[in-house]
Amino acid sequence: MKEQSLIIRFLVILLIGSLITRLFFIQVLADDYKLAAENNIVQRIVEYPYRGLIYDRNENLIAHNDPIYDLMVVPKEVDAEDSTHLISLLKLEAGEYTERMRKARRYSTLLPSTFDTQISPTQFAEIQDQIGKARGFYIRTRTYRSYNYATMSNALGYVGEISSRMLSADTSGFYRGGDYVGISGLERAYEHQLRGKRGTTFKMVNVRGLVQGDFRDGSFDTLPEPGKNIQITLDLELQQYAERLMENKRGSVVAIEPSTGEILAFVSSPGYDPSLLTGRQFSENFRILQNDSLKPLFNRPIQAMYPPGSMFKTVQSLVALQEGVVRPFERIYNDNSLIGDLAPPGEYDITKAITYSSNNFFYQVFRRVILKGDNKNQYLNTRVGLEKWREYLNKFGLGRKLELDIPGERSGYIPTLERYDRIYGTNRWRFSNIYSLSIGQGELLVTPLQMANLGAILANRGHYIQPHLVKAVDGQAVELVRNEVGVDPQHYDVVINGMEKVIQQGSGIRAFIADIPICGKTSTVENPPYPDHSGFMGFAPKENPQIAIAAYVENAGQGGRAAAGTASLLIEYYIKGEISRPYLEKYVLNGIFSNARRETTE
Amino acid sequence: MRDERLLNRIDWVTAGIFFALVMIGWVNIYAADFDPATAESIFNLNQSSGKQVIWILSTVVIIATILLIDSKLIEAFSWIIYAVVILLLLAVLIFGTEVAGSRSWFQIGSFRLQPSEFTKFATALALAAYLSKRNDLQNIRTLLTAAAIFLVPMSLIVFQGDAGTALVFTSLILVLFKEGMSPIFLIIPIVFILIFLLTLLVAKTPLIIGILTLAALAIGFSKRTFRQIAIISATAFVFLLTVFSVDFVLNDVLKPHQQRRIQLLVNPGSDPLGVGWNVTQSKIAIGSGGIAGKGFLNGTQTKFDFVPAQTTDFIFCTVGEEYGWLGTTLVLVLFGTLLLRILSIADRQKSNFSKVYGYGVASIILFHVVVNVSMTIGLFPVIGIPLPFVSYGGSSLWAFTILLFILLKLDAQRMQVLQRL
Repeated sequence: MKEQSLIIRFLVILLIGSLITRLFFIQVLADDYKLAAENNIVQRIVEYPYRGLIYDRNENLIAHNDPIYDLMVVPKEVDAEDSTHLISLLKLEAGEYTERMRKARRYSTLLPSTFDTQISPTQFAEIQDQIGKARGFYIRTRTYRSYNYATMSNALGYVGEISSRMLSADTSGFYRGGDYVGISGLERAYEHQLRGKRGTTFKMVNVRGLVQGDFRDGSFDTLPEPGKNIQITLDLELQQYAERLMENKRGSVVAIEPSTGEILAFVSSPGYDPSLLTGRQFSENFRILQNDSLKPLFNRPIQAMYPPGSMFKTVQSLVALQEGVVRPFERIYNDNSLIGDLAPPGEYDITKAITYSSNNFFYQVFRRVILKGDNKNQYLNTRVGLEKWREYLNKFGLGRKLELDIPGERSGYIPTLERYDRIYGTNRWRFSNIYSLSIGQGELLVTPLQMANLGAILANRGHYIQPHLVKAVDGQAVELVRNEVGVDPQHYDVVINGMEKVIQQGSGIRAFIADIPICGKTSTVENPPYPDHSGFMGFAPKENPQIAIAAYVENAGQGGRAAAGTASLLIEYYIKGEISRPYLEKYVLNGIFSNARRETTE
Repeated sequence: MRDERLLNRIDWVTAGIFFALVMIGWVNIYAADFDPATAESIFNLNQSSGKQVIWILSTVVIIATILLIDSKLIEAFSWIIYAVVILLLLAVLIFGTEVAGSRSWFQIGSFRLQPSEFTKFATALALAAYLSKRNDLQNIRTLLTAAAIFLVPMSLIVFQGDAGTALVFTSLILVLFKEGMSPIFLIIPIVFILIFLLTLLVAKTPLIIGILTLAALAIGFSKRTFRQIAIISATAFVFLLTVFSVDFVLNDVLKPHQQRRIQLLVNPGSDPLGVGWNVTQSKIAIGSGGIAGKGFLNGTQTKFDFVPAQTTDFIFCTVGEEYGWLGTTLVLVLFGTLLLRILSIADRQKSNFSKVYGYGVASIILFHVVVNVSMTIGLFPVIGIPLPFVSYGGSSLWAFTILLFILLKLDAQRMQVLQRL
C-alpha cells in the first residue's frame, strides 16, 4: 500500500478517535452538563396558598381573598404587530409599552416577567379573550386580600408587598421578594397563622418557557396549604355603629366583654376603609393616608395617650380603700380650698365624691395614700407613697402595655420618682408638687384601651382578663389570661354605686337608660391650650356586666356630652340591639358639643 | 441474470453501514422533533421523520438507477455532470431563493433543492476524471488545474453565502495528496490555520517574538547558505504577515456572524446566552447524555427546542443526549468503519478513475463527519454542514447516496473493467 494511503487511513482513525475521546470527556467524565440540562427545563412554580379568612365574633366574614390577574410577558415570543392592539386594550400611555417591554427584556428575553400587575376581575373579563391572541403574553392568577366592610381597619391592619428590610430580617427564609405579607394590625400579628404554606410544583418547560409537563411526574411537588382562619372578638354591627357615631370626630372607643377580655369594638376615628390598602391602588392610597393631617393610620385605642381625667377617681378610691386610708362610708369635709372644683363644698364619702366628681375629696384621699408612711421627712414619705401607688396602678394595667395581640401598643405613662427628681431635683418635691395626679391629670397618661380595661376591672370587681382581639384560630379558642389587680372585691361596691349615681344624677346623666343600669364616670380632660377632651369610662349592666367601655372624643369638651352619649348608645345597642333614644343618637351624630372650652375641671 | 450478478458484487458492508446510519438518522429525527403533547407517529407526514421516510424511499429509486447505469457511462459523463452542476450553481445565484442568508436553494412549489449538495459528488467525479488521465501532480500546472476543479464550484458557493458548504471542497486536497501532490501543500495550510488560531489565542507580541526567535534559531542551525537564509527569512516574513493580517481578515473580510463564531471558538464561555447559545445548548445536550443516555424520546434539550436545527445540522445532539457516549461512539465507529471500507474499496479498484473517486468520497464524508461533530461539541465554528446520511433533508441525503453508490457501482463493475482491458 502506498505511503499516502496509510497516512490518510491514519488521519481517519486519528480524527474519529479523538472525537470519541473528546466525547468521553464531555459525556462521561464531566457532570455539570446534566445539571445544566435540568436547569434548562425545570421551572419552579410557586403556588400561593389562600390567606386565612377573618370572621367576626358572630361569624360574619370580614376578610377574604379575591383573584387578581397579572399579565406576564415572554419578550422573545412577542410579535411586534400586536403592540398597538395591546396598548389600546390595556389603555396604556404612549411610550409605556416600549418602556415595559424594555424592562421585561432586561430581566430576560426567555423567562416570563410581569408586564402589568393586579388587573381587576372586571378588567380581566374585558381583555381575557383578546389577550389570548397576543403571542408571548399570558395571564397569571393570584389572590389578594379583600375586606368585606369598610370598617375595623385599625384592628385588621393591612397586607402589602414585603419590604427589603423585612425580607432580610426573615431568617426562616420563608419569604421571597414580591411576596405579600401582613404589615400591621391583625394581619401582621397573625401572619404566621394566616399565611399558610406555599406549594411548589416543578414543571418542564421548553426553550420558550412554555410548560410541557410535570418534572419527574410531579414527585417533587408540594401542594399549597391554605392559611388558618381566625375569628376575631369584634362585633361587626357594634363596631360599625361605633364608627358611625365617631364620624367627623377625632378620638377612640374601646368596648370589652368583661368576663372574657374580648374586645367588642375598637374604634379609631378618623379611620379609613381597609379596602383602600389592597390591590393596585395601595401605594397611592397609602401615601394619601400617611399625609392626612388627621392621621387615619394612627391607631388611637392603643397609641393615643391622654390624661385619664376624672374617670381615674375610681382607681384612686380603690387604692385608698385597699390601703385603708379611707373607710367605705367615711365622710370627709371639703371646703374646696385645695383645688378648683365644680362640686359644692360639703361632706363627701366615696360614693358621693364619685357621683359629683369632687376634686377636693380626692385631693385629700390621695394625700393620705401618698403620705401614709410615718417618716418624719415629708419628702421621703412622698417617695415611699408614690412608689407604692405606682405598684397599684401597674396592677391595674396602667403605665404598661396590656399585651394586646396586635403590634404598636403604647404603655401610657405613670410618673416615676426619677421623673420628679429630674423636674424638681432629688428629694426636692413632695405632695404639693404632684397633687394633680389625684384627679387624673398632671403627668399621667393612659390609652383608651387601658381605660376600657379599667371598666372591665370595675365590672369584674377586682380582676381583668387580658384584652384580646382574636377569639379563635382555626376553631381553637385562644387561652384567657386572668390578672388580679390586688384590691379586695368588697371595696368595689361603694365605687360602683358612685358610678351608677353618676349616670342617674351626676355628670353622666345623658347616658341614662331606664332599663339598663349603667355605671360610669365621665372625664373632662384638660388639654391646654386646646379645648378639653371628652372622656367616659363605664360598664353595664351593674349586675352581670356584659360590656365595659371607654370613649375619648378629642376637643369635644365635657365628658358628659360626646363621650358619655356615645358610650351610652353603644351600651344600649349592644345589650338591646336597638336604639330607643333617637334624640341622643342625633345629638351625638350632630357632633356639635357647645361650650367645649371650660375654665375648671369637672 | 445480470442483476443477480450485480447484486452479488455490491459491497454489502458499505451498503449495510449506509442503511444503519440512515435508520439511526430517521429515529433521531423523530426524537428531535417529538412533541410529547401531540405524540405524532414517526410516519406522520407533517413531521420531519415522516418526510424523511419519503426521502429514504426515494433513495431506493436513486440507488437502483445508479446500479443499473453502466459504470463506463458514469466516467464518460463526469465532465458533463460537472458542467451541469456548475451551471446550476450559476443559475441558483440568479434564480435561487434566499434561505437564512444563503442564496443556495431552488424553490419549486414546496420542494426545495440545494444544488451545492450535488456539486460534491460532481466535483469528485470531475476530479477523478481529470486525475485518472494524469500522473504528474508535481507539475504546478497540473496541480493548479486539479485545484481549479474544486476551487471554481467552491467560489460559486461562497458567492451564494454558504461558506460552510464551500469549505467542504478543501477536503479534496487529500485526494491530491494521495495522487502525489507534495505534502508541503497539505502542511502549509495547516500551519497557516495554526498561526491564525494562535494569533487569536495569544497576544501578538509574544507570537512575533516567537516567530523571530524560531527563525533566528533555524538560521543558526542551518548551513547558512544564502539560499537557506533567504528561504527561512521569507517563511518568517510570511508568518509575520499572517499574524498582522488576522485583524484585517477578522474585521474586514469575514461577515459579523462568522467573526462571532470564530471568537466563540477561541473563547466559548464569552457569551453563553447570545451567540454561544447554540453551541452551549448543543454541548449541554450531548454532555447530559452520560454513558448510556436518557433513552428514546427522553432527551429534554432537543425535545424542548433548546438545541437549534436539531433535525438537521445538530442531529448528533439527539444521538448524544438520548443514547449517551455509547450512542455517539457507535455512530462514529460506524462512520470510521465506513471510511476505512471506502478507502479499501478505492484501493482495490483497477481503474484510476474509480480509485481517485473513492478517495474523493472518503475525503468529503470524513470532512462532514469531523466538522459536524466538532461543531456540536464546540471544537469548530458552526458552519452549518449536515451529518451524512443522518441529518434530515432531501438534498443532502440524495447527494450523499449518489456519492456513495456511484462508488459501489464502480466497485461492482471493477472486474468488467479488467475484462475489457
